[in-house]
Amino acid sequence: MEQYLIYNTLSYPILTVLVCVPLFGAIITLAIRGDRNLKIWGLLVTLVTAALSLPLYTSFDLTTAKYQFAEFSDWIPFVNIDYVLGVDGISVLLVLLTTLIMPLCILCSWTYIKERFKEFICVLLLMEASMIGVFISLNTVLFFIFWEAMLVPMYLLIAVWGGPRKDYASIKFFLYTLIGSIFLFVAIIALYVTTGTFFIPELMTHHYSFSYQMWIFWAFTLAFAIKVPMWPLHTWLPAAHVEAPTAGSVILASILLKMGGYGFLRFCLPMAPGATAYCMPYLIALSIMSIVFGGYLALGQNDIKRLIAYSSVGHMGFVTLGIFLLNDAGIKGAILQMINHGITTGALFICVGIIYERTHSREISDNSALGMMMPIYVSFLVIFSLSSLAFPGTNSFVGEFLVLMASFSKYKIVGGFAVIGAILAAAYMLRLVQKMVWADSDGHMHHGEKSHLSDLNFRETATLAFLTIFVFWIGFHPAPFLKVMDASTTHLLQQLESGMNVLPAGHGEPHAILNGVGESIKHVLALK
Amino acid sequence: MALYLPELTLLFMALVFFFVSMGNLKASRLRSLGLLLSAVAVMASVYSYGLKGSLFFDAYRVDAFSQLFKVIITFGLFIVIYLGEGLYGIDDTLRPEYYLFLTISAFGLVSMSSAVELITIIICLEISSFALFIIIPFRKKGAYREQMEAGIKYALFGVAASGITLYGMSYIFGMTHTTYLADLMKIIPGVILKKPLMLIGLVMLLSGFFYKLALFPMHFWAPDVYEGAANETSSFVATLPKVAAVALLIRLITLAGAEVGQFTWVMMIFAVLSMTFGNLSALVQTDLKRLLAYSSIAHAGYLMIGLLCASELGYLSGIYYIAGYLFMNLACFFVIYHLAPQGENISFDGLTGLYKRSPLMALTLAVSAFGMAGIPPTIGFTGKLFIFTAAIKKDMYALVILAVINTGIAIFYYLKMVRAAYTSVDEQLSPLNLRVSTSVLGIFFIVIIILLGIFPQGFIDFAKEAVAAVI
Repeated sequence: MEQYLIYNTLSYPILTVLVCVPLFGAIITLAIRGDRNLKIWGLLVTLVTAALSLPLYTSFDLTTAKYQFAEFSDWIPFVNIDYVLGVDGISVLLVLLTTLIMPLCILCSWTYIKERFKEFICVLLLMEASMIGVFISLNTVLFFIFWEAMLVPMYLLIAVWGGPRKDYASIKFFLYTLIGSIFLFVAIIALYVTTGTFFIPELMTHHYSFSYQMWIFWAFTLAFAIKVPMWPLHTWLPAAHVEAPTAGSVILASILLKMGGYGFLRFCLPMAPGATAYCMPYLIALSIMSIVFGGYLALGQNDIKRLIAYSSVGHMGFVTLGIFLLNDAGIKGAILQMINHGITTGALFICVGIIYERTHSREISDNSALGMMMPIYVSFLVIFSLSSLAFPGTNSFVGEFLVLMASFSKYKIVGGFAVIGAILAAAYMLRLVQKMVWADSDGHMHHGEKSHLSDLNFRETATLAFLTIFVFWIGFHPAPFLKVMDASTTHLLQQLESGMNVLPAGHGEPHAILNGVGESIKHVLALK
Repeated sequence: MALYLPELTLLFMALVFFFVSMGNLKASRLRSLGLLLSAVAVMASVYSYGLKGSLFFDAYRVDAFSQLFKVIITFGLFIVIYLGEGLYGIDDTLRPEYYLFLTISAFGLVSMSSAVELITIIICLEISSFALFIIIPFRKKGAYREQMEAGIKYALFGVAASGITLYGMSYIFGMTHTTYLADLMKIIPGVILKKPLMLIGLVMLLSGFFYKLALFPMHFWAPDVYEGAANETSSFVATLPKVAAVALLIRLITLAGAEVGQFTWVMMIFAVLSMTFGNLSALVQTDLKRLLAYSSIAHAGYLMIGLLCASELGYLSGIYYIAGYLFMNLACFFVIYHLAPQGENISFDGLTGLYKRSPLMALTLAVSAFGMAGIPPTIGFTGKLFIFTAAIKKDMYALVILAVINTGIAIFYYLKMVRAAYTSVDEQLSPLNLRVSTSVLGIFFIVIIILLGIFPQGFIDFAKEAVAAVI
């Protein structure tokens, strides 16, 4: 164990605390009465969790790829399931993203949610506990428990507080994600039976036969590709986003989608390096499809939320593209892009929620020409929209740039396709901003026109301002964030390198068709 | 005396209810009496846990295995009596008799877990079945008489299953000249590979327990009986006989020895058909009890995967799974029972707005439905984890993949239940007034389904000891 873990030396077991605070917070919520108290309680719990999570950044050891702040204890000894938690450079930022986004989710629901506040806060806190759990579990069973447990609160968020088609959207979300993960479950057990352990770092050190790698690779990939979501498995996302309440959309976009990318990095790459190298062309092709299709579909949307949902498909395409380029810049860019997407898209969904509360419509045409009525609002909207289209100086620029650089340095045509996605992003976001801020108004307020629209209040301003800090921080000075992931990315690439080379010769006869298709994709993308 | 204590307490309980049935006791008193006596039975089983010995010319063995099942069954009986508060669905004049036959059936089941001789097994099986044949038509007379149909169906299928079992026994006895499991265990593994007749005999012998478990191909009775019987009766029929059936199946499958190709194949086919048929049929049901019946057929399939592995882990997971199933299913019936104060059947419409009428009931239903669907962190998930691990250890990948696809199908109808309970409605619904004691049971279900799912080790230790006594 010691060769993989650095045990926690803080005065409190930080990772367990991060799961338990929201969990017990959720249970205590059931005993609290009064909407106002509930809101304050929810905010308090999430803020405390956020504050407690900060040492993860300040005390993080940048020099090692080991899992830090680790905790270990026996759990179900008879099948060798341990309770192991730890974070490394890949997961630590995602944990922090989760803890910092959650208070904003409570804040943006302050007046949005009208009924059943007790259950709402409870569900949000359960959600937080399980999301943090996914990122910090170092045991496949523990990971799977959190991964699946998350479905229930998310389902309830959409099904109870959702829009008119919540029934359809929530069930689609649930079924898609669940069916994706049932094979993940089989792969986890199969890995255990082969190696005798559920401990993730140890599973990475084993060498599996190539065909075995292929099986587990696709079992994992199906689950993660649905979660990301990768074209053509993305159809649940727009439905879920449109119907979910603001907080649900923010969680979905900012954190849930990241679990797919995280899963690729944690499971597929290190555990099945041979299969990863073999399947890379397919996944790059799918990522490009996501980028282009996501952008193209976003261009045609009239519903703001739906537009941002499709843009998520495109942005997450950049993430998977970066991951499967299998080089340093690509993977770092992908991780950073996950964080950026969490910040920017989360903020955009909060923006949509704010305007929906005022006009009760999410159609672009109903929310046009807001510039003169809500100047503060549109300022934020423009900042986050520019960030979303990766304008230089904003956070997404750095991430997208890294991914593009990686793809140009490796395969030029891939880079060329990805640039199309970036251009499409500019097209749909600028169209959105143009319509929402100016439309065909002359820029002046006329008497009696929509004057009921009030600008942002202090709470809403604070929520968005907090995220703006990160937009510019990462945009102008990404070094601290990149440094965090440095050691782990290098380690991951080493694992890949050593695993890729054991690819057995003679494989291919049973997979002749697959090989042929793979070769032709490689040829088209000029991958060699 | 101590060895036979759980059975004696149950017999005493039956006797008490026999005398009570001649008097005229109030319903609430009857229930208190039932609770008290079944609690004593639970304590007796717990007390006799750890004892070892055999009775009745070695036909009846008391060991860790049987005693664990006795604790589970008596505890299940206690919960069934507890949740049947007021006996909404039972004819007013038949209440003492209802408890009487419930107890007798439980006695049969408890004895079944100790029976290690073929004739003893069949006697115990019949005791438990006959009591249920009588009890199913006890339902309050409503507009329809489907309880009669249910009673007849249960009896006919039961008798047919017993007949097949006896026929299989005749083969086994004919070839081995013994009825003791201990002797059979030495003979069968050698014979079964050479003589297909032994295989046929063994599968026929198991049929009686497939019937109790509602496993394909002996599952036909389940939907009609669940639907036709009163809610509280269904909660018994759906759970406890299955626990005892698992006990017997473990004992009988060990007879065949660990590595028997054809035997495993037959079981596999039954398991797969059971899961698939159960889940697909459950998708289209509207009556909740019917839905639970089909879901129980599917669960019998999952359970069978664990048992047919014929390994220590397989049996362990089987015992764990059936205990979990007991709690999850009882939790569902608990909700159904309290939603129907007239003892009527509940369909999806009856669940509408449940979260407003009673948040606790809605939560209980959600937890048990998600548990049966195998969503962590519930007992259903952990059970499936163990079962699939056992199966993959035996290289049965295809079987596990079929099973997880089935889990995927099943989620749809479990989600339908949760959805019905949590959809918002505009009209005002009358809130469900629950007594404190009822709420306690609901909270108990929620806590145990989650806690036993997160911390299975304690239960597993008991189950391990139990399995060690058998193999």
